[in-house]
Order: sequence, then C-alpha cells, then structure tokens
Amino acid sequence: MLSFAFKRLLAAIPTLLVLITLAFFMMRLAPGGPFDLEKPVPPEVRANLDAAYGLDKPLIIQYANYLGDVLQGDLGPSFQYVDYTVNELIAQGFPVSLKLGISAMIVAVLFGSMFGMIAAMRQNTVSDYGVMTVAMTGISIPNFVVAPLLILGFAVGLGWLPAGGWNGGAWQNIVLPVVALALPQVAYVARIMRGSMIEVLRSNYLRTARAKGLPVRQVILRHALKPAFLPVLSYLGPATAGIITGSVVMEQIFSIPGLGRFFVQGALNRDYTLVLGVVIFYGALIIGFNFLVDLLYSVLDPKVRAQ
Amino acid sequence: MSTNAANAITETLDGDEVVQGRSLWVDAWRRLRRNKAAVTSLVILGAMLLICFIGPVLAPYSFDAVDWDKVATAPSLSDGHFFGTDAVGRDLFVRTLVGGQISLLVGIVATAVSLLIGTAWGATAGYMGGRVDSVMMRIVDILYALPFMFLVILLMVLFGRNIVLIFVAIGAITWLDMARIVRGQTLSLKGREFVEAAQAMGVSTRNIILRHVVPNLLGVVVVYVTLTIPRVILVESFLSFLGLGVQEPSTSWGALVNEGAREMESSWWTLAFPASFLALTLFCFNFVGDGLRDALDPKDR
Repeated sequence: MLSFAFKRLLAAIPTLLVLITLAFFMMRLAPGGPFDLEKPVPPEVRANLDAAYGLDKPLIIQYANYLGDVLQGDLGPSFQYVDYTVNELIAQGFPVSLKLGISAMIVAVLFGSMFGMIAAMRQNTVSDYGVMTVAMTGISIPNFVVAPLLILGFAVGLGWLPAGGWNGGAWQNIVLPVVALALPQVAYVARIMRGSMIEVLRSNYLRTARAKGLPVRQVILRHALKPAFLPVLSYLGPATAGIITGSVVMEQIFSIPGLGRFFVQGALNRDYTLVLGVVIFYGALIIGFNFLVDLLYSVLDPKVRAQ
Repeated sequence: MSTNAANAITETLDGDEVVQGRSLWVDAWRRLRRNKAAVTSLVILGAMLLICFIGPVLAPYSFDAVDWDKVATAPSLSDGHFFGTDAVGRDLFVRTLVGGQISLLVGIVATAVSLLIGTAWGATAGYMGGRVDSVMMRIVDILYALPFMFLVILLMVLFGRNIVLIFVAIGAITWLDMARIVRGQTLSLKGREFVEAAQAMGVSTRNIILRHVVPNLLGVVVVYVTLTIPRVILVESFLSFLGLGVQEPSTSWGALVNEGAREMESSWWTLAFPASFLALTLFCFNFVGDGLRDALDPKDR
C-alpha cells in the first residue's frame, strides 16, 4: 500500500513540473513583456523594473528562480491588482470557489449515482429512458446556457432566489450556481453508474446473493453498490477538472467573488502573473486530487494494487 | 459428379456471382438506420450545415451591418429580421448562422487536428510496442493530467485571441484521448486471429494494415470523432462566452449566447436563438455518436 502510494506520488511530480515549465516558457515566449504598456517607460525605469522582478537575468536563471519560488508556495506579485500578491488573491477567492465546487460535487455524485442506479435497476423501462434522455440533455446543453435560463426562471420570473451575488455564501445564493454547475456532472455520473450497475447486476455473485434469498435492498446496498461505484470514483478526477472549469463561468454569470472570477478578469486584463499563478494552483489541485482518488481506488479495489 | 461440383465451386469463386458478403459498414449502416434518434439527428445536422453556410449568402442583411432604425427589435417575418436584431441593431438571423459557421468550422477542423495527431501517435505506440510504446504513452499520461482548459486560456492571454490558435489549442487537448483509444485498439488488433490468418496467408504488411487493421480501427475512431466534435464546439463556445475566443465583429455561438445572456430580460430572442442552435447541434452530435457506437460495436448493447 505504502509503496503504491509512493509510486503514484512519483508519477504526479513530473506532471506538476511539466505544468510549471510549460506555463513559464509559454509566458516568456509570448510577444511583449508585462511592462510593455501603451506608453513606453524610460529605459532607466525599465531597467530598474526588470532588475526588481529579476527579468534582467538569463532565462534559465529566471526559470530556476521561479521554480524555486513556486515550490516554496510563492506565486509572486499581481501585475494588475497593485499591492496584492497572487497568493493573497487566491486566499481571498479560493474559499468561495471551494464551497461552490464541493457543493456541486456532492450534488453530482449523490444524484448522479441515484439516477444511474434507478435506470440500471429498471433497464429498458420508461424510467430508464427518461433518466438517460435527461442525462443526454445535461451533457449536451452547456452550463452557461442553463445558468441564464435558471436565472430567468427562478430569479426573474418566480423571484424565489437571487439572480446573483454571494452574500457570504447564504444558501439562497448557492442553489442556482450549484445546480447549473452540477448538472453536466450529474449526467455523466448517471451514465457511468448505469453502465457499471447493469454489469454488476448481471454478475454471478449477485445472482448468488439473490438466490440465497436476500432482500433486494440488501443485495443492492451490500453487494452491488461498492463494485458499481468504482468507475464513478475514477471519474471524480475529470469531474473535479470539469467543476473547476465550470465554476469559472458560473462565478462570472452569477457575479460570485471567487477565484474563477479573478482568473477571468486577470485573463482579460492580461495580468500575467495572476493567470499563471492560478493555472499552477488549479493544476496542482487537480493533480493532487487525482492522486487522492488513485489512493482511494486502490483501497477499494485490491486488483489495482497488485499491478 | 464431384468434379462438376468442384467446377461449380471454382466457377462461383472466380465468377462475378460471388455472394456479396456484408461488410462491417453495410451492417453498421443497417443498424444505424433503425436508430430513429440517430437518423433524425443526422438529418438535422445536415440541415444545420446547409443553412449555416448557405443562409447568410441568401439573407438580405450582412452579419456586421447595423440597422439604426431597428435596435433590439423582436423577431418578425415582415421586415426580414427573422430572429430579431441584437442590442446594436445587427440582424440576429445572419449572426446566428455566421456564428454557426465558426462554431462548426472550429469543431470540424480542431477534431481533424486531433484525429491526425492522435491516430498517428496511438498507432505508432501500439505497433512499435516495448520501450517506444511506454515512453510515448507516459508522455500522454503526463499531458493528460494537465488542466488544459486553463492552459488554453493562458495561451489566449499571451498570444492574443486568434482563430487559428483556437483550432490548434483545442486540437491539442483532444488528441490525447484519441491516441489512447487508437493505441488500445491497435494493440488488441495486432494479436487477433484474423491478422494472424492474414499473415499466414502471406498478405503483405501494408495490406494487413489497410485491409484488416484500419477498417477495425476506423469504427472506434469514427465514433470518437463524432463525440469529439461537440466537445470541441463546447470548448470554443466556452472560451468565446468568457470573451477569450473569437473577436468582434466576428462571432460564434458562445459569443452570441454571452451577449444574449446579458440582454435576456429585455430581449429574450438574443439568447433563445443562438442557445437553441448550439444546444440542438451538440444534442444531435451526441446522439449520432451514441448511435454509431451501438451500430459499429453491437456487442456493447
């Protein structure tokens, strides 16, 4: 178990390095530096700026410095939000995004597996087709189309929920963005769960469980659920990536002051360090989460460990 | 008697009246035709392509011409603004179709890029096997774990927002899946009996690849291509929605949905038409993809 974890960790590190390297050189290869403003600065000022940010050193030294800073958790200053470091902006925005993301993840896994199970247990009935059609809709209609429709219906039309804002994370403000964010993931999870559940329901050991007279409830909960859930578990990595990307748009639509909003603002304002910092932060988060999922998977499925 | 029979057999084998075997594709087409959802989607997609590329030519307005007398007017058949006009008085019907051109073009071109890279990469890795294979797939694994959406946004920020870059960037995201699928399929095909049989009969390697491996690879690839196109369209509209994709006055469905979402309370049509075009297209591609998967791989059903 420990050696498996170690091996997985060894696999995660190069990915992280590639990410930082790619992001760094993409930034340096880009035409124009961060101080190329409309009004050119005097050469002396420019030289001072370059010296202050270490831009006068050879590229390889700059890269080594940046790598060292990032590994110590320092993402540098923001170019647009003066007086703020990228770390401070992340500390400000991330808790909001985290709350949104975790809520959406819970909704996605809970409802997705429930719908998938229902569809699998009633395969080829009306409820199965119903669930699968809804799932197809959830996959096909992008969440940035769903979100305005939800606002139009529940905020503007019915007036039940606020159309946007965060309000310190009150539940009224969370409902609509979470629904829009979770919808495609609910759909994917339901499809995966349905497929794996159908397979498990056909298996011999489940037939045995039924043959010895166990009640359906127990057959499903004790015997079918765990193996059927494994494919869903391995989908959690991509789901996290999907939810993080989705929350960038949701925060924009619902004007939620999360990290995604900072990110888009930074991207539109060409705030190099902020964009770079958030890319690395989210990248590390996704890679770390994938690592955790791998570990969890190996706990639940001994076959993986054996390889 | 027996020589007659033998002659008859050789005649049949040589002659033109050989019973035509049903190829994989004929079979698949039969099965696909029975799938109503897939056929309907195919027809809608065909119509969508036609209308997006021919419609703007026939329409009386151009996609960037401003009609000063008609700013944000509702859809009407009488003045030729079938879908109404947007907040600055441009004809929404033509804009939706022109946006569709961009979205569909991005979908098809970027998928072609990913098909090219992915198939070449995956097939090479699969055929070579051994160390080459493990190095190549290790690279894919590493790239796979990167948050590509964010790297694409970073790319857009750094190099400016141009359409060619969008093609390449999106193609570069999606080829990874293609490479994995193609490699897996190639590996399993390499050891199959019919390839062995062909080798034993002395068929040349080139013919084995072309006649026996590629057709079997093609089924999976075709399914995957139809499922990649909607994903790519979605990525592009996501970028454009955030204002990081195509730039004014050019437009795409994502950009139109973004404009529409801002105006939806006063003029619903600016959201409704682009959004339903986008959703309908994605829906149809997904249905065709699922239908093709069922048709080409019946053992999955």
